[in-house]
Amino acid sequence: MAKYLLLKHYRGAPAAVNDVPMDRWTPEEISAHVQYMQDFATRLEGTGEFVDGQALAPEGTFVRYDGEGRPPVTDGPFAETKDLIAGWMVIDVDSYERALELAGELSAAPGKGGEPIHEWLEVRPFLTAPPTVTE
Amino acid sequence: MNEVLLRSLTPSVLGVLVRRGADFAAAEDAAQDALVEALRVWPADPPRDPKGWLVTVAWRKFLDATRSDAARRRREDLVDVEPAPGPAPATDDTLQLYFLCAHPSLTPSSAVALTLRAVGGLTTRQIAQAYLVPEATMAQRISRAKRTVSDVRFDRPGDVANVLRVLYLVFNEGYSGDVDLAAEAIRLTRQLAAAIDHPEVAGLLALMLLHHARRAARTAPDGSLVPLAEQDRGRWDTGAIAEGVAILQAALARDRLGEFQAQAAIAALHADARTAEETDWVQIVEWYDELVRLTDSPVVRLNRAVAVGEADGPRAGLAALAALDDTLPRHTAVAAYLHERDGDPGTAARLYAEAARKAPNLAERDHLTRQAARLNDRHGL
Repeated sequence: MAKYLLLKHYRGAPAAVNDVPMDRWTPEEISAHVQYMQDFATRLEGTGEFVDGQALAPEGTFVRYDGEGRPPVTDGPFAETKDLIAGWMVIDVDSYERALELAGELSAAPGKGGEPIHEWLEVRPFLTAPPTVTE
Repeated sequence: MNEVLLRSLTPSVLGVLVRRGADFAAAEDAAQDALVEALRVWPADPPRDPKGWLVTVAWRKFLDATRSDAARRRREDLVDVEPAPGPAPATDDTLQLYFLCAHPSLTPSSAVALTLRAVGGLTTRQIAQAYLVPEATMAQRISRAKRTVSDVRFDRPGDVANVLRVLYLVFNEGYSGDVDLAAEAIRLTRQLAAAIDHPEVAGLLALMLLHHARRAARTAPDGSLVPLAEQDRGRWDTGAIAEGVAILQAALARDRLGEFQAQAAIAALHADARTAEETDWVQIVEWYDELVRLTDSPVVRLNRAVAVGEADGPRAGLAALAALDDTLPRHTAVAAYLHERDGDPGTAARLYAEAARKAPNLAERDHLTRQAARLNDRHGL
């Protein structure tokens, strides 16, 4: 088993095929999209492959240590950040191929006109603990 | 097995241990161990005297724990003075437990966790699941909280306002897991109301009952939020409403108004309206004025602006809103709503989309996005 992070981006990824902002969909199309995402997570729980899923707010702040006895330096939030992570799902699957397959399914969530949005998702393997058997 | 009955016995079991001389932290651990044991054993072998069983097992757990450390001598002294088991006045102990677990030296998250375990009788695992953190993290949070209050005298009355804040948090910020935290908060507040005569305790209990009554109507089958005005009022729990209103009226009659009574009064006015159109917004605005006076909270002023928009029209609501800081959470969502009521769907749709980007949770984000989509779709924007 290996864990993979499926990353969804607000910005920074190439544009999706069906790239219409959500507030330009019909309410029914939004419901269908939300339902698809919920069903996807539920199905992966059923197959024993779901680990975690979280959504992030669009805005964040960069923070840096600024020396002993001084408050941390902050910067942002930035209106024009190039890359913004919107959320993630962590899956625990048997192979890299399975991770790609599931990311492909997630990317097919319906959008405007009920058509798949073909959204780009980033698949990142977790660095794991070293194996016990080394020889 | 009746798990709620089991949980309701926890504070009195803990109280017996403390009266026998156990310190709070060790007694609380022992009570928790006995509870976990009961959850394992009772389904197959229910005891005739549940409380007696729990006290016996908890006391044994306590002795086992102290036997293994340097307190051996002290333990032997304790065994010598162990009182005969029997009925004990549980109410005062329970009240002291509430005060201790909500002690002002604790952070809100620690106070919530400790209250749920020591007073609520939930297991560490259940609390961890409910707040979506690992069990080990929750166990540490609870043991740190117990260290923080270790020097607090168990026999002094505390400030009931601290307890109410903790119970309100449990009710308002319950997430998931196999325990219904809203129902648990109601149970704990009810138990508190039985132990102390205080109009704000009654006010909080009424507030919880009135909001809980709407729960079934608050979400659609697909999980999306249903705003108050669109809820199917036939699905409101009339029993809970009647109980909440009765408790509130008795509290208000004592003429010691507080913020929870005022909030409950607003909830009761919504509950009184058979349809959204029949809502007595003028009276609701008056209660918000009371709340502003009592709390001076910007969030209350924001909600007041919504009520003003309903009572005196959207222009008046927008005027009230203009006086408030626009970085307040949900300020943009309120502005969107008032602009829609004012017949400006273009501005409303833009503000709904902006509010969705700022939404503090997914359900609200989806709801606000749907509002923007509805206006864009209907008006061809």
